[in-house]
Amino acid sequence: MNPLATLGRVFIGFMQVAGRISLFTFVAVSHCLRPPWYPQLIGRQMLDIGYFSLPVVGLTSLFTGMVLALQSYTGFARFSAEGAVATVVVLSMTRELGPVIAGLMVAGRIGASMAAEIGTMRVTEQIDALSTLATNPFKYLVAPRLIAGLTMLPLLVIVADVIGVFGGYLVGVYKLNFNPAAYLKRTFDFLEFIDVFSGLVKAGAFGFIISLMGCYHGYHSEGGAQGVGRATTNAVVSASILLLVFNYGITEIFFATR
Amino acid sequence: MKHHPKISIRGLYKAFGPKVVLDGLDLDVGVAESMVVIGGSGTGKSVLLKCVLGLLEPESGSIKIDGVEVLGMPTSEREKINRKFGMLFQGAALFDSLAVWENVAFGLIRAQGVDRIAAKRIAIENLASVGLRPEVGELSPAELSGGMKKRVALARAVATKPEIIFFDEPTTGLDPIMSDVIDKLIVKCVHELGATALSITHDMGSARKIAHRVAMLHMGKIIWQGPVAGIDRSGNPYVDQFINGRAEGPIQMQVRA
Repeated sequence: MNPLATLGRVFIGFMQVAGRISLFTFVAVSHCLRPPWYPQLIGRQMLDIGYFSLPVVGLTSLFTGMVLALQSYTGFARFSAEGAVATVVVLSMTRELGPVIAGLMVAGRIGASMAAEIGTMRVTEQIDALSTLATNPFKYLVAPRLIAGLTMLPLLVIVADVIGVFGGYLVGVYKLNFNPAAYLKRTFDFLEFIDVFSGLVKAGAFGFIISLMGCYHGYHSEGGAQGVGRATTNAVVSASILLLVFNYGITEIFFATR
Repeated sequence: MKHHPKISIRGLYKAFGPKVVLDGLDLDVGVAESMVVIGGSGTGKSVLLKCVLGLLEPESGSIKIDGVEVLGMPTSEREKINRKFGMLFQGAALFDSLAVWENVAFGLIRAQGVDRIAAKRIAIENLASVGLRPEVGELSPAELSGGMKKRVALARAVATKPEIIFFDEPTTGLDPIMSDVIDKLIVKCVHELGATALSITHDMGSARKIAHRVAMLHMGKIIWQGPVAGIDRSGNPYVDQFINGRAEGPIQMQVRA
């Protein structure tokens, strides 16, 4: 087997997928911007992505904040900088861990369910049926999910930030014996608007990516139940990878020169 | 057949990679005519329907609806043309997330802007016209039998009073009695609406009941077409072999792909 030919095939395959995703994104975004919109469908997706993800995002954020306080304390104690624990917890949660943890949890929960639902509709010809009923599948299926993902993830991340910082507070005050008032003062003293804002921008981008990957893989699934299973896996894996790639990119944009 | 066909297809060519499915297909369907396209499995009957519906893009050819070329039409224009269509899918393709009445009323609410209360009333009337009680309207599609799903799909296909109705294997997977029920409902609905019907099937019993004219698709082309009454005297060996279900004849089944 010629390794160069193999490399070429892989590259061409990658470019084809990138092109298909770009076209899909363009069409989907254009439908998000043009009426008619379906408020009822958007609302249902917002409920599913936002409200029903609260328990899983809340729990993971709580324990992430708690372990962050514990780990940073044991690290900083080595050079007598225990006082920085509160600051590290709040900056880590708002800038990085809040958006990433919420994003990965929602990618697993929502990305998979979107791909499975739309994929099943594809293989049972329900998407074709939409077209024959003069309803554009992008407008009916994809646009509400993209809008809901884009708007709900930032709200989820605000909740994740608060719960994560609270987790750090619980460990700091009740296990590491910090003074509660001093811990809270340290939490807010060094927190800047840009720390929270950058996290929310990330969250919006992650919400869009998760919905896009769920819809794209579901929309293009084929081959019955096995194809739907493959679409579901691909949606979660690709959303998770893209999420981490974009996380670095957005961090670079916000903080590289600061 | 009337002088101006409702659907006019010329030189339709569609391939999937190296596999040519439709190879310069020509077909006319007249106004209020019921045309049934017969042919073996994998001969491209569903692809033909999907090309007319705009679900697949053919490589070349022409498809005219009411004399208007629809290939290459912008999406918004195409959606307007699609409002003339109703479609009964082979697997019914009912929306799982909606109740039965919402499935039937879907086109009325989304495409015609009918309010939900009026749409529900029309949906219940349509369900009654295919022999289903109003209570069925509140069920989910998953609670229905195969025959009931087909009837609901038929009610959905005709709810918007389309000018053209497509039937994709309407009796596949049904017992003979339910097949006859569906065939009679199709004839009744098409007659009452005065719609043009284009059906695809390999169930000859069904084709004889619902067709005015029959066309046979083989190797990507229409190799014979004529009135349903003349199908037994077509003089075409392919048609004879197909309608009599013989393994021996000019059509060689590919056992190995």
